[in-house]
Amino acid sequence: MANVLTGVARRTAAAPAARGRRPRSLLPRARRNGAAWGFLIGAVLCFSFFSWYPIVREVIMSFQKPVYGGGYAFAGWSNYLRIFRDPTFWQAWRNTLEFTLLALVLGYAVPFVVAIVLNELRHARGYLRALVYLPVMLTPAAALLLFAYFYNPQYGLFDDILHFLHLPTSQWVFQPGNGFISTAMVSVVIASTWMNMGSATLIYLAALQNIPGELYEAAELEGAGIFRRIRHVTIPQTRLILTLLLMLQVVATMQMFIESFVLTNGGGGVGDNTQSVVMLIYQYAFALSGASNYNSASALGVVLMLVLAVFSGGFLWATRERG
Amino acid sequence: MAATTTVSTRAQVNKRRDTTSTRTLISSVALNRRRGKITYRIVLTLVIVLFTLVFIGPLYFLFTDGLKSTQEAIATPPTLYPHNVYPSNYTQAWNRLDVGRMLWNSVYYAAGALAFQLVFDVTAAYSLSKLRPVLGNVVLFLMLATLMIPATVLVVPQYVTIVNMPLVHWNLVGSPEAIWLPSVANAFNIFLLKRFFDSIPTDYIDAAAVDGASRLMILWRIVLPMSRPIIGVVSIFATVAVWKDFLWPLLVEYGYSPTREGLNVGIWQATYGTPENLIIAASAMAAVPTIVFFLIFQRNIMAGLTAGGIRG
Repeated sequence: MANVLTGVARRTAAAPAARGRRPRSLLPRARRNGAAWGFLIGAVLCFSFFSWYPIVREVIMSFQKPVYGGGYAFAGWSNYLRIFRDPTFWQAWRNTLEFTLLALVLGYAVPFVVAIVLNELRHARGYLRALVYLPVMLTPAAALLLFAYFYNPQYGLFDDILHFLHLPTSQWVFQPGNGFISTAMVSVVIASTWMNMGSATLIYLAALQNIPGELYEAAELEGAGIFRRIRHVTIPQTRLILTLLLMLQVVATMQMFIESFVLTNGGGGVGDNTQSVVMLIYQYAFALSGASNYNSASALGVVLMLVLAVFSGGFLWATRERG
Repeated sequence: MAATTTVSTRAQVNKRRDTTSTRTLISSVALNRRRGKITYRIVLTLVIVLFTLVFIGPLYFLFTDGLKSTQEAIATPPTLYPHNVYPSNYTQAWNRLDVGRMLWNSVYYAAGALAFQLVFDVTAAYSLSKLRPVLGNVVLFLMLATLMIPATVLVVPQYVTIVNMPLVHWNLVGSPEAIWLPSVANAFNIFLLKRFFDSIPTDYIDAAAVDGASRLMILWRIVLPMSRPIIGVVSIFATVAVWKDFLWPLLVEYGYSPTREGLNVGIWQATYGTPENLIIAASAMAAVPTIVFFLIFQRNIMAGLTAGGIRG
């Protein structure tokens, strides 16, 4: 072992001298670069075909229209004007923002509270942790079909529970009404939070375990109660994770698709009240039989892309100092 | 002797650090008071009961409602347990919805995507981290920029691209590559790998290079064995992402006979005109593989999620 190590060390020391003897030429550098690019090329090709080129192409397609007989022609802003004139567009944006907001209240705050409680418990920790994370591992469609079954207005379990408690029953996801916080959307968010809260909870738990105990000790000695300790120790100490997850959560929920799609059988709810922006992209491009329109769908995609990029860019910029 | 002393001191230090850091929001002194003990017991019981109801409750119905007859599954009020047990529902759902093939497809897509990502993303991260080619930083920047533009907003141009790939003119729709290749364009996994490779000291690599090891050999013999934790994390992310993806496989693997859909899309689209008890039985079967996977790899998944995942 020692021999090997010293041998390597001696040879490393000799290496610069050996390199110095040769004149610096372009050939070895080109060879080195070629090898490095050889390692890189697979990923670069995949990025080019499936990420970079589609980004450019989406912008181009949004300014084109199909021509009779094949091919595309420049269409100016007509695709954008068409989607802005579609009332479903505004409805879908409002629904998506509603979902994002509700998912923040439920899906962002609840895991934090759950993580704080779990971190205080001295028993059954592994069991509770596994329990919270279990739904994350389910096949999403299976979990959502189960919720659709519970939500069913005719024979669902949830209405039966309400009935048992002498509360008025509900149509859940099929409850009509387009108010800003509609029953239908709340139902979607409940299913979504149940499915997804496990990962946020575990990430918070890890962050909570890194808080030095001395800080709580000091705060307590100064007479801070539980809630003031949470406010002045727990939250500042986990700020980095809190802000990062806030951004990831908003970006993820703005792309809501499968939840509403499976719960409402691909319909988007009563009067489109759970229709989301990504669902609308899907419907423009693929679901309207005979009238599929890639260009309008691309225009909608560009709008969503800009909103997400501006949001995440602005968020990163606003939190750059602390984060 | 000297070695044992250091070991014991290190253990002591660890122990000391443990006792201070286990101090959480509420001190153990407060919990040891009589009132604290009672409150703790109540809270603990409440949390265990509530969590079991909320998280196991739905799963209980997932597995038992598939055993009910069609009439009982849609009876009002719902029955709490199957009064007449029909295990044949499971075999019926398995055959009618072709669950076996969907399961195989899901495994095939996930395994292939994992293999492609491990080959292409690991080599790319290694190149960007250690070989540093010209324009490498530009490539890295362009890759990281795609983190701001999630794949969902690109479904339309991606679909149009995959129907007729530029330059090569392949149509990948309906083939497994339509899922495998786009999964490689995963900037987050490349970023995780590159950051980990950055932390490996260059000395090891220089030493091996001096010994005449090729770059591939260095990657295989030195970098990879040192990177097992991050490879594990990335593997879990890659597999889970493909397993849970819905919109993209709905577009590219939909409507073939025999079915080319994975479980996620397949279970959903097979629900049309299927009795409710069979849908639930099929959903239960779709849930089993991932639950088993989770119970086996629970430790790795949780460690990966908390350590490698989102730490800045």
